[in-house]
Amino acid sequence: MIVIFGIFLLTLLVITAIGIVRTDNLFVAVMLMGIASLLIAANFFLLDAADVALTEAAVGAGISTVLFLSALALTSERERAKSSNRILSFIVVAAAALIIIYATFDKPRFGDPEAPVQTHVAPWYLEKTPEYIDIPNVVTAVLGSFRGYDTLGEVFVVFTAGIGVLFLLGGGKAAGVIPQDKINEGLRHHLIPRVVGRVLIPFILLFGLYVQFHGEYGPGGGFQAGAIIAASVILFALLEGEQRALSVLPERALLGLIACGPLLYGGVGLAGIVLGGNFLDYSVLSSDPVKGQQLGILLIEAGVGISVTGVLLAIFHAFAARGR
Amino acid sequence: MYYAVTIATLVTMGLALVRALLGPSVYDRVLAVNMFGTKTVLLLSVIAFLYGRPDFLDLALAYALINFIGVLAVLEFFRSRALRRSAEHGEGQ
Amino acid sequence: MAALIDTLSWVLLTLGGLSVLIGGIGALRMPDLYTRMHAASVTDSMGAILVLAGIMLQAGWSLATIKLIAILLFLLLTSPTSSYALASAALLAGKRPLAEIPQDQEESE
Repeated sequence: MIVIFGIFLLTLLVITAIGIVRTDNLFVAVMLMGIASLLIAANFFLLDAADVALTEAAVGAGISTVLFLSALALTSERERAKSSNRILSFIVVAAAALIIIYATFDKPRFGDPEAPVQTHVAPWYLEKTPEYIDIPNVVTAVLGSFRGYDTLGEVFVVFTAGIGVLFLLGGGKAAGVIPQDKINEGLRHHLIPRVVGRVLIPFILLFGLYVQFHGEYGPGGGFQAGAIIAASVILFALLEGEQRALSVLPERALLGLIACGPLLYGGVGLAGIVLGGNFLDYSVLSSDPVKGQQLGILLIEAGVGISVTGVLLAIFHAFAARGR
Repeated sequence: MYYAVTIATLVTMGLALVRALLGPSVYDRVLAVNMFGTKTVLLLSVIAFLYGRPDFLDLALAYALINFIGVLAVLEFFRSRALRRSAEHGEGQ
Repeated sequence: MAALIDTLSWVLLTLGGLSVLIGGIGALRMPDLYTRMHAASVTDSMGAILVLAGIMLQAGWSLATIKLIAILLFLLLTSPTSSYALASAALLAGKRPLAEIPQDQEESE
């Protein structure tokens, strides 16, 4: 029955994707992308992948929509006329799609208990996690400790993305036609959204911190928490105007956050070497190896959360500053 | 018992998607996205219980909060677009 | 007692599902933007209350119920605000409702 629900949601996703491609009004495309993100998140949820669903919902449906709309405010709303040479692109895309579909013929059936991932990979992690790390959420254990090096790479990818956007957009201001005070007031004159938003912001922050530290016990972790905390500050910026959001969390603080996240993560890795183990070996961080692993995961998740918050807020402010 | 609610919510999500694709004005589409968001929250809560995993309710809570931010971002976009257009018209004259 | 809770929660869930479905049909079939908003927002809140109350009865006194109360509270707080903000933005942008009485006809009466 769950499979039928999944297929239904994927059909809706295909319809949405066709709608995104066929429309030429970019605002409609942004709205439909929000819906597509939700559909994917619901599908991940049906497949029992809660951490991924949470990240997709927080980043894809919330932050991405805000960033796309900020970018859309700087440009026109209609797509420009399509370029020529569509036959060649169609052939390339069709060939790639056919190759990928052919490659999936060799995969095991969905939910097959004899598949290699169910007989070799998953049981090993499920056995070894209580022995080495002893936290209930195996996904966080794999992400933070067993495959911690990959997650270090992910944090550096986020860092590079932030720096890339700041190089392209930060600093220079576009010629502003709008009087400064009117654009900066945000939704201040809309009383009801403002009041409700101000009531909600502390709770969203609290929930973000809960997701950060609860990542070892349930769905959660650094990436999701960073997105939720950034969303709360973006809500404040939308309601009170971007200038007040910058006075609350100035640009230097954002740059500090962007830098401190990977620094913390790398620092924990180097602390492993200094204390006598390998790089990113958390067992040496404390006298009891299991406690050391838990401490290490806590610290690196904090590093990830700080980094993601800083980067998302810096990108948002970079876009919003161009519109001034 | 949960299956009936899930099917009703999924059908409503499909109807909201049709409205998002059809809606003649942009406000219809924003309405459809907002409705889609709250239905997703209900769907996630019901399926979390269907699976017997109540600790998945964190996702529904996160989504309820994020949906609000998305709609307010759209409003801010409309407001600044209206300001920009009136400023450009004012300068053109 | 357990049978009573089960029946009550089943009734609430069915009514909630019906309400959600009516909202979806209303948003599709109503003639005008404002009537669609009316259908969507009213049935949103109603459906949320009924469905979440039904699930809460099934969960009993546990952490899950507290999370469900939090979800219900946030939904009840944010969903009407979004509908209000959307309607006010549409009105300020100049979209007129279908059932509006024109000004001169009103003055002459």
